[in-house]
Amino acid sequence: MESLTLSDVEQKYYSELFLSCDVDNTKKVASNGKVLDLFRAAQLSNEVVHQITELCGATRLGHFGRSQFYIALKLIALAQSGLPLRVESLNSVRDLPLPRFVMGKNEQEMRHAVMFADTENQGPYFPRPPGRVQAKKVSAHEMIQPCVPTVDPQPDTTSPVVSPHQSPPTSPHAWRKHKRQASGGNVDRQPSVPGVVWPHFREAQPGPVTGDGMWSAHSPPPVQESWVSFTDTPPSSTLPMHPPSAQPESTTVRTVPSAMTTNEIQRQISGYDDPWKITDEQRQYYINQFKTIQADLTGLIPGSAAKEFFTKSKLPILELSHIWELSDFDKDGALTLDEFCAAFHLVVARKNGYDLPEKLPESLMPKLIDLDDSAGVPEPAPEVGFSASPVEVTPNKSPSMPSLNQNWSELNQSNEDTAIVHPVPIRMTPSKIHMQEMELKRTGSDHTHPTSPLMAKPPELSDEAKLAATIKFPGTTVGDGYSSSDSFTSDQEPISSAVNRQRSHSGTSPEGLKVVAPPPPPPRPHASHSRSSSLDMNRNFAAVPAGPQQPGVVAFPPAVPPRPLPTQTSVPHGHRSVEGDGLPAHTSTSPHQMPEQPNFADFSQFQAFAVDQPADDGENASDSGQAERCAETTGTMKTAKNDVQSEERNATTVNSAKVSTPLAPPPKPVRRRLKSEDELRPDVEDLPQKSNVIATVLATQPSIPRSIGKDKKAIQASIRRNKETNTVLARLNSELQQQLKDLLEERISLEVQLEQLRPFSHL
Amino acid sequence: DNVCSGELKFHYTVHTSLDVVEEKISGVGKALADQRELYLGLLYPTEDYKVYGYVTNSKVKFVIVVDSSNTSLRDNEIRSMFRKLHNSFTDVMCNPFYNPGDPIQSKAFDSIVSTMMVQAC
Repeated sequence: MESLTLSDVEQKYYSELFLSCDVDNTKKVASNGKVLDLFRAAQLSNEVVHQITELCGATRLGHFGRSQFYIALKLIALAQSGLPLRVESLNSVRDLPLPRFVMGKNEQEMRHAVMFADTENQGPYFPRPPGRVQAKKVSAHEMIQPCVPTVDPQPDTTSPVVSPHQSPPTSPHAWRKHKRQASGGNVDRQPSVPGVVWPHFREAQPGPVTGDGMWSAHSPPPVQESWVSFTDTPPSSTLPMHPPSAQPESTTVRTVPSAMTTNEIQRQISGYDDPWKITDEQRQYYINQFKTIQADLTGLIPGSAAKEFFTKSKLPILELSHIWELSDFDKDGALTLDEFCAAFHLVVARKNGYDLPEKLPESLMPKLIDLDDSAGVPEPAPEVGFSASPVEVTPNKSPSMPSLNQNWSELNQSNEDTAIVHPVPIRMTPSKIHMQEMELKRTGSDHTHPTSPLMAKPPELSDEAKLAATIKFPGTTVGDGYSSSDSFTSDQEPISSAVNRQRSHSGTSPEGLKVVAPPPPPPRPHASHSRSSSLDMNRNFAAVPAGPQQPGVVAFPPAVPPRPLPTQTSVPHGHRSVEGDGLPAHTSTSPHQMPEQPNFADFSQFQAFAVDQPADDGENASDSGQAERCAETTGTMKTAKNDVQSEERNATTVNSAKVSTPLAPPPKPVRRRLKSEDELRPDVEDLPQKSNVIATVLATQPSIPRSIGKDKKAIQASIRRNKETNTVLARLNSELQQQLKDLLEERISLEVQLEQLRPFSHL
Repeated sequence: DNVCSGELKFHYTVHTSLDVVEEKISGVGKALADQRELYLGLLYPTEDYKVYGYVTNSKVKFVIVVDSSNTSLRDNEIRSMFRKLHNSFTDVMCNPFYNPGDPIQSKAFDSIVSTMMVQAC
């Protein structure tokens, strides 16, 4: 378009008109609604108005820039003068009277708009566009609506508007324009309005976005001048346009824009607050769209359906992908209503030329439906998404399954977790009994049924949070590691912490972990400890001048088959408890045993605590409980032993947890051996004797410092050695038994032969 | 040229490491759900760099090439890197607009990878 030269009067008049139409106060673009109103007020036929808009380039541009507006006004003047509308005549015709407009109501609006324009001039740049977007959207919505049905399905890249000069897809142009603007400096983006966008959703969805997108922010004067001088038009002229094209049909539309004026103004004001805010109308529209895909507003739209829907917007896949990343807050591959609205809003904004944000704006963030997740989960942002609606937790599981495994590796690294993860399901049963017994013993009974609370807890973040809180517990319980009561709690804690870590990635694993965690893991290591401790005890006995019985005790480990070992381990425990009851002296010495035999150390601790100043009340309770148990019959003793062993196990598990070594495999076999030990205990008749011996030996041992950290490693090493010894001895036993059977058979055969020979001798 | 040669070199390294990955995963008979098997560890070291491998449940392979001079990188760190990679990759996969097999153009994914690489240095 050639440059337009205006006389001063014309310039002044035109600028005033422009301002009046510039409801959005962009100073660059006049609102289509107002412009059209103005044109109609010029009392020209619709055809003429249409022609004018085409000539001025607004059709091409899709909006009325200042230059277009001026040209249009000039053309109106020409038309009103009866002159043919020619572009050439714009500058050639001199002394053209100013265009006349019947301004009745429009004047008031103009003044109103001017006032607003003035006040809004100071406003921030950016908020404007969204406000305008909203306003335009609504008005355009009405405007475009009539267009849609009449539009032929045209190539995707062209707007449905009948204009023949449709240019290539709006988006690329929008981008180009943006780039230009960015290079231009202060100019905020001038989104081209591809009002066409909405009509592209050919599923008869009304296009809420109009072609008017003239949301350019306030541009500095130089830019305005460039507008006037059409320097900017060439680039923008490539943008497809669209609003005037709505005119043909818009007899009804006419009223809409004017009706929308005040609304637009109001929206502009509200738009200052948040550029990305979704208005109620928009939200309602989005909700309606959501319903077309998913009737249940609380449900989810699967990713495939959302993909189809948003693909209709003709945005490039890359941008849609980015929009998805922004809007799918919980990363579940599906969209909730909030997420859908956010995505839709982003698509609309993008279509209007706004660049996509790097992060989801706060106003678009979907409401996080709090699951039972505890607030205490200090997870980073991406993981927070997992704390979203419960509905999405499940979907999370599938995509996060790999992360589950990953979490497990993390857990493995933490070491205590692996022990918890793997053995958990297996260990439950045997340890339960022990744990329950232990719990019963404890007076505190703060711990409910070990399994029930865990089982009952959903694998939610709440559990994890609790676990997380307890993560630190093992550290604090080092000194108390051997206490059974504490071990139970501490077992829960490390496990929960492990679970918590997992939780960050998935919701399923913690459940399984938690349920099983507390009871199983601890027992295992304890079991090993018990065995090793028993052997260690023997060694210790040898080292310590306990008494005449020591040698006998020492002799046990090497020559004793598997059975006696368990007996030994169980017996000393039982006896310790027994002695603990009536012999404070023993208890006083029991602490000495701690460094040598962790299990015994545990008990001695308990006993010591009970007698001395107990560091932990729980330990005292357990100690007293143990003592009480020991006071009962042998059957009870056995039970006590089991409990003690379980406690030991707990202690050892705690120790192992602290040491953070993966004990998954060892605990299992240890456990079974413990079971067998328990089973064997009743059968062993030597228990009382051995227990007496061992108890006395233990009692005489030197006190053991409470801090057993160093001992743990030694204990665990000895545990492993003992386990190996156990297996060897077990095999030896089986072999010997087999040999025994063979020998018996041979004996029988020999006897038969002898009898056969005897008759001869008789004879 | 240096950049190009560097890229080519890494491409070559990664391609050759794929053979090692295949070899490692083909021998695994038990369930692949075990996390430990996902992490393949050090595939092979050269004088310039070390190559670590990781395979997901869906047979997607991640290969990390680190400079041998970076001795401070421990195995745990590599594991955590793979874990983050896997998580980010899962998020990318969740995007319905992403076609598996396409080059990943997700900004979030790129940012996570870049952050990770910076941390490793």
